[in-house]
Amino acid sequence: MDIQSIHPLVIFFAAITTNNILLTNFLGMCSFLAVSKDLKSSLGLGVAVIFVSTFTAPLNWLVYHKLLVPYGLEYLQYIAFIIVIAAFVQIIEMIIERVSTLLYLTLGIFLPLITVNCAIFGCVLFLVIRQYTFMQSIAYGLGAGTGWALAIAALAGIRTRMEKKSKVIAELEGPGIALVITGIMAMAFIGFSGIVKIN
Amino acid sequence: MSAGPVKGVAALKRMLWEENPVIGQILGICSALAVTNLVKNTLVMCLGLIFTLMMSCFTVSLLRNVIPRQVRMIIQVLVIAAYVIVIKIILDAYLPEISNELGPYVGLIITNCIVMGRTEGYAMNNKPGDAILDGIGAGIGYSLVLLPIAMIREPLGLGTFFGMQLLPPDWTKWNMMVIAPSGFFALATYIWIVRAFKAGEGKR
Repeated sequence: MDIQSIHPLVIFFAAITTNNILLTNFLGMCSFLAVSKDLKSSLGLGVAVIFVSTFTAPLNWLVYHKLLVPYGLEYLQYIAFIIVIAAFVQIIEMIIERVSTLLYLTLGIFLPLITVNCAIFGCVLFLVIRQYTFMQSIAYGLGAGTGWALAIAALAGIRTRMEKKSKVIAELEGPGIALVITGIMAMAFIGFSGIVKIN
Repeated sequence: MSAGPVKGVAALKRMLWEENPVIGQILGICSALAVTNLVKNTLVMCLGLIFTLMMSCFTVSLLRNVIPRQVRMIIQVLVIAAYVIVIKIILDAYLPEISNELGPYVGLIITNCIVMGRTEGYAMNNKPGDAILDGIGAGIGYSLVLLPIAMIREPLGLGTFFGMQLLPPDWTKWNMMVIAPSGFFALATYIWIVRAFKAGEGKR
């Protein structure tokens, strides 16, 4: 099937469920494992990721298709994407700092983490490889961010509960058990396959 | 690193076991999970990472006195990105199939936390020679985790090893092993085994 003919909404839902960027593509694992210890900061980081991925996806689409392709500079894509993401995060950080102190305190500390978050960068690489259109890339950015936020919030919820109630084998504590939980979550998400499909 | 500056071969050695970037510091997990369903892809990925680490640690270390501290992160990323582009071009030219299968994960070496961690944590403060060894060590330490996981996942999931038939053809393929969830379980188990081993080592 021609990928460009898929409705953006389908891509949005697929990015959350069947093609969840964390559970099927393993992107953004580092901050996922490090931050998921409590629900509040997980949500903060999740919102920041949704925000950045929604904007950097179409922005990088423009850079790639309107700037790099016409001049035959596709091989510079990695550097271009990284610069766009880093610059965007930096600018957003400055704007938020000026506009709202409250927002800065809740979201601001997570923004620097995002420049090196592979979920954002991976999302951009996927939209180039899969040759999405502009609208599709907005939907994909939003969906990928939402899927990531959903996964980290779910894991944080499970981890806080687990720490109170159950005893984990000493060697598996921390990242080990988090990986096992994520694995089970990934299995649960396989249940979505068949609802929407975009590969 | 709290143990003070580590020089020379010791910098390489500690990365293999004591401070293994994947097991000890839980870095670079993304690619560790994503590419390990085929041994061939894993090997290419590991070689790519070793090359990137070695070269970017060396370059960053050479430039360490010139880079202004405020912009050091972005310069490190650019150095890394330049080497990753080299790898991508080489792969596209000589191994286009693998390059296709690895898809975005070659590019994702740029945001692989191991590389940033080593350039920021070691190369910025140490001589080029030591930085290269440290980079190679971290790369090999990464490979020491990925290759065994791939060697378990591919045969169980597809019955093959390095693309060749390993198990008898009537082997029931364990599909779960090549898709996402098993990656999480395999890495968790690996971490479990290594930590149990280390705990035992500490008691003696």
